[in-house]
Amino acid sequence: MSQSASTMGNEKIGSSRRKFLKSAVTLAGATIGYTWLKSSQILIFAAEPKDETLPWYGIAIDIEKCIGCGSCAKACKNENDVPKEPFFFRNWVEQYTVKNDGTVDIVSPNGGIDGFVQRVPDEDIFKSFFLPKMCNHCAKSPCEQVCPVGATFLSPEGVVLVDEKYCIGCRYCVQACPYGCRFIHPVKKVANKCTLCYHRLKKNLAPACMEVCPTGARMYGNLRDKQGPLVKFLKEHTTQVLRPNLNTGAKLYYNALSSEAR
Amino acid sequence: MEPQYQNLYDILANSQGYIFPNEIDLQWGILIVVYPFITGLVAGAFILASLERVFKVKILKPTYQIALLTALSFLLVATMPLISHLSQPQRAYEIMITPHSSSAMAIFGFVYLWYLAVVLLLEIWFDYRHSMVVWSNEKKGVMKWVYKILTLGVSDISPQALKWDRKLGYIITVVGIPSAFILHGYVGFIFGSIKANPWWSTPLMPIIFLFSAMVSGISLVLLVYMIISYFRKKTIDLNVLDAIGKYLFFVLILDFTLEALDQIHRIYVAEESFEIIKLLVSGKLYLTLFISQGLVGTLIPLITLAFLQFYKHKIKVRKTMYFIVGILVLIGVYSMRWNVVIGGQLFSKSFSGFTSFKLGLIGLDGTLMAAFWLILPIGILTFLLWLLPPWKMVDEEE
Amino acid sequence: MKRYIPPQIPRLALAFAIVISLFLVLRHLLIPDTFGKYGPYRAASMDDYSTIEIHYAGQQACFECHQDIEDLKALDVHSGIHCETCHGPGQKHSTSAEAADILKPTGREFCGNCHMMNAARQKDAVLQVDLTKHNIGKNCTECHNPHQPWEMKK
Repeated sequence: MSQSASTMGNEKIGSSRRKFLKSAVTLAGATIGYTWLKSSQILIFAAEPKDETLPWYGIAIDIEKCIGCGSCAKACKNENDVPKEPFFFRNWVEQYTVKNDGTVDIVSPNGGIDGFVQRVPDEDIFKSFFLPKMCNHCAKSPCEQVCPVGATFLSPEGVVLVDEKYCIGCRYCVQACPYGCRFIHPVKKVANKCTLCYHRLKKNLAPACMEVCPTGARMYGNLRDKQGPLVKFLKEHTTQVLRPNLNTGAKLYYNALSSEAR
Repeated sequence: MEPQYQNLYDILANSQGYIFPNEIDLQWGILIVVYPFITGLVAGAFILASLERVFKVKILKPTYQIALLTALSFLLVATMPLISHLSQPQRAYEIMITPHSSSAMAIFGFVYLWYLAVVLLLEIWFDYRHSMVVWSNEKKGVMKWVYKILTLGVSDISPQALKWDRKLGYIITVVGIPSAFILHGYVGFIFGSIKANPWWSTPLMPIIFLFSAMVSGISLVLLVYMIISYFRKKTIDLNVLDAIGKYLFFVLILDFTLEALDQIHRIYVAEESFEIIKLLVSGKLYLTLFISQGLVGTLIPLITLAFLQFYKHKIKVRKTMYFIVGILVLIGVYSMRWNVVIGGQLFSKSFSGFTSFKLGLIGLDGTLMAAFWLILPIGILTFLLWLLPPWKMVDEEE
Repeated sequence: MKRYIPPQIPRLALAFAIVISLFLVLRHLLIPDTFGKYGPYRAASMDDYSTIEIHYAGQQACFECHQDIEDLKALDVHSGIHCETCHGPGQKHSTSAEAADILKPTGREFCGNCHMMNAARQKDAVLQVDLTKHNIGKNCTECHNPHQPWEMKK
């Protein structure tokens, strides 16, 4: 059909088509505009929320006080319905034994839940210590960074959480955590990890592992509260985080951490 | 003891040294090996096609459409191993509607779509539009309409319109080359950006992935070209094989150099993780890294290709050698994917021990599933070659 | 003469516009309500956590009924240990008051989790016993009252 051919009928069709196109373009434009606004809102809020009225949680573990009873690991499984099989832990305890010959023996039988039996004879031991592990609730958490859908996130209180209704189970976060703190829940089929017992914090209860620790080796608190017990502890002790070279912004501080610890 | 955990208990019993308790369960299995392998084939095949188009390597003309259709058939399947390994595949759409801007994996969805819709489909469409219009006029019944729909109703085959097909197709190809680089470099970045894993975390990873992708894609097109010629009972043009072989040779040298550089760098800087990685490559990865990837997949093809550059054997021998080289290179690149994906998960992030990987036959993450995703593209390619036969295209003089 | 517009371009533009619009509409419909409220995540998921039931009641809940044990415990070295460390999760027991809903561990193995000799245990952190020598064959609670371990039972 040539450009110049225009009869009455063609003109009519042309105008109704134009009308349709016009409304289609308006609809599409409005949707694009609205969605753009909505997504840019997400981008703006992607910065760390600075709500000073909320606590910013940190954790401290005193290795000198830990006696390796495994109560924390056991309580964690009970409180958070983690399967009892020895492959899924939000919280576990390791025993490091540095031998006189320089080798390091690390064990964590069933995450320490059943207790530890010393397996290196005293005369071969240079030093030995327990190392309780849990999520470091990193401020620059690698797991949160890699989640493709935003199903894991740093809550405004500084707790790294998993949105179990949104997680697609791609396991990228499990790969990204340098501390091995994540796993795929075999029943729920989504990523699972320590939440610092977020459901208990909301009820003003201590996390289960802190509740049951018999020696007070574990503590949690508000890092914003400069007079608070956690900040006081950090000031008075020489503390270190695990893998500081990775710059994860870990907020789990260990007192008396030995250089062998990983 | 529940049977579903039996496998994990076996692995626990076979683990060496100390591994974090959550690491016993290996997260990424064979499907994630297949995924970068397929994506690599796509990128490589496309880059070979672009050689003909952009750099005017006339000799490769018979492989142009074959390379494009090969790239398309594998690209259509590329995301399937990813989606089928998700624990919640029904939620996969979230990656498109709420992509997390800091996640390497999230942006992949868009890179993929860009490459599929803007690059490959458009390029094939411009290339085939003339033929499809002609075919829709020739055919009767359903096929007439199939071709008509494929042309999107643009039936103008005036010289002016055809000139624009070539012009736009060319632009798309030019855009396509960096897109192919990005597509596969990106897959490398997904691994290379994981700082928790020293076996993955290297800025060279995207580049290594890219070059191994080109190596595998070129080999695949070589094989597809030979197999198609066999089925069509046409003689294989040895000049085409020689040309592809030459490119394969050069890219393989680059690929080998880069991977060697990566390993030399690791050995020289010998960081915290060096001891465990040394144990890994000399133990659990020995077969797949040194034998399968290094010897079978790289050195033997390199030497053979080098010979083929200088010595002119009998035609039949040369053809057989090219065919074998193509298969060896594919095995080598597949092993490379395996060494990266599985190898990176075999050692503990405590750097003090190893878990082990038991490959199952059936199940969502088993060999059969992986084989299915590797065979499906070949089926798609057969269909595409039937629907859009390059040898029946309407000849046009440029 | 009008400028020539290749017919492919408007047709492809239309096809892309349709696909993109469809995507945007779908995205609009599928995106969760509270997504992006505080950051790139579903804000409502934090409320989901509030609905999770607790299993450990905390020792204040125990003392509401067991005032006697609180007094007893306060006098001895186990005073700092919360009830649920040994007795296990007590939320169910605190509402049912059923003895079956709480643990009463007595064995050498259980006490040994803390008190067995181990080179990693600091000497002043906990009193350690050589279980291979100390009163073999007897249960700890036969002599010790776990709530008041140094008030030896006769």
